Amino acid sequence: MVPSESTKPRQNWVSTANPCHQCRPLGAMVAFQGIEGCVPFLHGSQGCATYMRRYLISHFREPVDIASSSVSEKEAVWGGGPALRTGLRNVSEKYGATLVGVATTCLTETTGEDLGMLLHEWRKEIAENPLTVREPKIVTTPCPSYDGTHMDGFHAAVRSLTEQCAQTTAPHGKVAVFPGFVSPADLRHLREIFAAFELNPTLVPDYADRLDGPALAEAGSITEGGTTAEELASLPGSTAAIQMGKTLTDSLSGAAYLESQWQVPRRILGLPIGLRETDALFALLEELSGRETPRAWQAERGRLIDGFVDAHKYLSGRTAVVFGDEDLAIGLVAFLTEIGLKTTLVVSGGKSGKLAQGVERVTQSFLENPPRILSDADFRDMEDCLESQTADLFIGHSKGYKLTRRRDVPLVRVGFPLHDRFGGQRILHLGWRGALSLLDTIVNAVLEKRQDDSPVGYSYL
Amino acid sequence: MGTGGISVFAERKNQILVAGTAGETIQCDRPSLAGAVSQRACVFCGARVVLYPIADALHLVHGPIGCAAYTWDIRGALSSGPELHRQSFSTDMREREVIFGGEKKLEQSLLELIEKYQPKGAFVYSTCVAGVIGDDIDGICRKVEKVVGIPVIAVQSEGFKGNKRAGYSAACKALDRLVGTGDTTGISPLSINILGDFNLAGEIWLIRSYYEKMGLQVVANVTGDGRIDDIRRSHGAALNVVQCSGATMELARYMKEQHNVPFLRVSYFGIEDMAESLYSVARHFQDVDWKVMERARQIVSQELKDLVPEMKALKKRLQGKTAAVYVGGAFKAFSLIKAFRHLGMRVTLVGSQTGTEEDYREIQQVCDPGTVIVDDANPLELGAFLKDNDVDILVGGVKERPIAYKLGLGFCDHNHERKLALEGFLGMRNFAREVAATVESPVWKFVPRRIGRTTAGTALSTERKEP
Ligand code: SF4
Ligand code: SF4
Repeated sequence: MVPSESTKPRQNWVSTANPCHQCRPLGAMVAFQGIEGCVPFLHGSQGCATYMRRYLISHFREPVDIASSSVSEKEAVWGGGPALRTGLRNVSEKYGATLVGVATTCLTETTGEDLGMLLHEWRKEIAENPLTVREPKIVTTPCPSYDGTHMDGFHAAVRSLTEQCAQTTAPHGKVAVFPGFVSPADLRHLREIFAAFELNPTLVPDYADRLDGPALAEAGSITEGGTTAEELASLPGSTAAIQMGKTLTDSLSGAAYLESQWQVPRRILGLPIGLRETDALFALLEELSGRETPRAWQAERGRLIDGFVDAHKYLSGRTAVVFGDEDLAIGLVAFLTEIGLKTTLVVSGGKSGKLAQGVERVTQSFLENPPRILSDADFRDMEDCLESQTADLFIGHSKGYKLTRRRDVPLVRVGFPLHDRFGGQRILHLGWRGALSLLDTIVNAVLEKRQDDSPVGYSYL
Repeated sequence: MGTGGISVFAERKNQILVAGTAGETIQCDRPSLAGAVSQRACVFCGARVVLYPIADALHLVHGPIGCAAYTWDIRGALSSGPELHRQSFSTDMREREVIFGGEKKLEQSLLELIEKYQPKGAFVYSTCVAGVIGDDIDGICRKVEKVVGIPVIAVQSEGFKGNKRAGYSAACKALDRLVGTGDTTGISPLSINILGDFNLAGEIWLIRSYYEKMGLQVVANVTGDGRIDDIRRSHGAALNVVQCSGATMELARYMKEQHNVPFLRVSYFGIEDMAESLYSVARHFQDVDWKVMERARQIVSQELKDLVPEMKALKKRLQGKTAAVYVGGAFKAFSLIKAFRHLGMRVTLVGSQTGTEEDYREIQQVCDPGTVIVDDANPLELGAFLKDNDVDILVGGVKERPIAYKLGLGFCDHNHERKLALEGFLGMRNFAREVAATVESPVWKFVPRRIGRTTAGTALSTERKEP
């Protein structure tokens, strides 16, 4: 039975209260951070860029530069072309950007700015008045936030990067990987997994270094790291394109583009969270590389199952609420289902329409009653839906803290944004290793709660 | 002119100057330069800062979801009662509203939210998109006001209409609509309103307690831990005490013009400024009750007795260290320069997001020669400055923190998001402790800035057993 997907469960609210997602350009700004030499650029008013920087900085604890065309009232009326051109010149000449990722915002979408035409004017201008530096590549992505969430913006930017950079390339044996909006630690782990099969992945994007970098002696204008321009250009020569995440539509998928335009075989996986989704990734890598999973990695899988067994009684019969981005939520539900934590409710601000189906896929034959699903929902919808009913554990990002605090239920923090904990950028969600560390965190959250609530205060549990 | 080797955007040259170079003025209040990563925020942000702490009001953002999502509970403004301000309400405009207009959705949202949450008043913030599509927010607010019987006020805060300071002005206009609509009976002649304090980390409670100990009645907090009904009757107070650079100055001027309430400008940061604030308020009431001054003196001497020994001890440890200050308002920069002097430290860079020409002139006067003064700096400039001028600590907001940390410098958060009280005598102590906590940490011994990239400088000795 496919669980029923309801958007507004109880009350028919017109307004939104305490949103569970962010706006579309934010996702695009994150994706652009994952390209070497790229300055993310918002074509719109200054405030949006500053807010997004602040939001990202609080999560990653890294400098996050987002340039803006700082469209003023006049320019909003008469056209933001001149502001965009001044902005592009500055990021080229002052920041030394080799690529500029331009996203529109609600404002410039509403005033109907045409990025194609604006770029045409930009080229004309630099033909007449050349730049003092090499002309950067410019990738554009339309981001009306009133249509879609930060996840749509993330995928749209990745798709634009792929589409606008890809060039005819001879096959080179590398694998194109589209991991979605995962943590820097996840990206590093993926590199390691692929290396174990002697596969050479091109991660699009790869912000592991730029959004979780080392201490520096001096500030360069653009931090090092990211997918290179050459890697982007040669994507069509990949042996396969792996898409992680099943809720994005083909029109927003870089892998789908490589498949339809360049005949690169596409393989679609769920986010490799938990045992079974990670097994699927390793099976695929065995197939692509023609190698068996190396012993050390098989041992890692073995330790995970050993952990499952050690943990099962602490979790058995307990319930969980999962919230956040759709693909992440599906991965988490898959994992919770494996360890015997029953998910009763899944909430997301996303609205792909594929959440229920995804949850069904990972819970079928395990759960008698499928969890309730709320998409395009906010935290007020979640409260309405929960009423007096509660769960033993909530799993999601920081914005759910208020709700769990009121209910005195532990919140296990994963994903984005994590504004009230340290090390959000280093949380590992993916792979068997990620699953084991999630397992430790979850079991310990349950134990801590039990210990705190107990009048006895056992020091053995 | 010399700017300490900072690479400056040519267009921004006039927004940077060096103290001690005669005859120069700084150009400020200019729109941010396109393509520079400005640290500045928008009009909406400024208006939110001022109005947000009013805890029993409904704050509804009329625009797409982001503007509301990014401002949800980001400030540390505390309330002693209702906490409606800590929720994030938005009309969450979608394509439909952008094409057909958002007035209907706004009206319905207001009605349903007011019914559900029973606020004492409502503020509706206009954003860029709402402004561009031309929704008549004021019209809707007036219409709803008639139905619900509480003040429903439109805040003209379209982001692109200027910077944060324009937002302060929009907020003051909104507050002006409230002031004068409440009953003032029972207000003492020894009474004040506290303006321009937002109760970050409970600061207004501290300040209020000083005033109350002096025997003054505080009619309204504007706006930290603020209440709609207090503000409505705030014109009954005998004096407005306005803190800081000007977030609420405009309101003070309105209240003087319309209700004849005089105002005093004060600052609660640092020892002298805090003491002088209490004295100047006391002087104002000297003719009504001379005891007010006596009590103010008592408060100051008691507080100093507790504070001075610790400050002395800290000064010994911090003597000679240097600081860079990058804060929102110039007035705050002022107080910080003085505060650092108390700790024996020197400020070598002063920047602000929203200073006026006058502010900068004053800063120039109190600074040591050679201090660099910047309006609306971008990360590139900050980074370049911090590289060339080895300071021990940067004081700024959350957006500046990673710049300092990445380069291996200490940092103190002095912005609206801080969770540590920095005002008052207690605040001075907190500030000094915070400075010491970061400057004296052992971690700076390991950062590449100090020792390079190798392990050579830090490795403990390896023991070797002689055969
Ligand atoms: S849309 Fe306008 S009001 Fe909203 S955050 Fe951006 S600049 Fe500010
Ligand atoms: S206007 Fe749009 S892009 Fe800007 S913050 Fe609001 S939702 Fe995001």
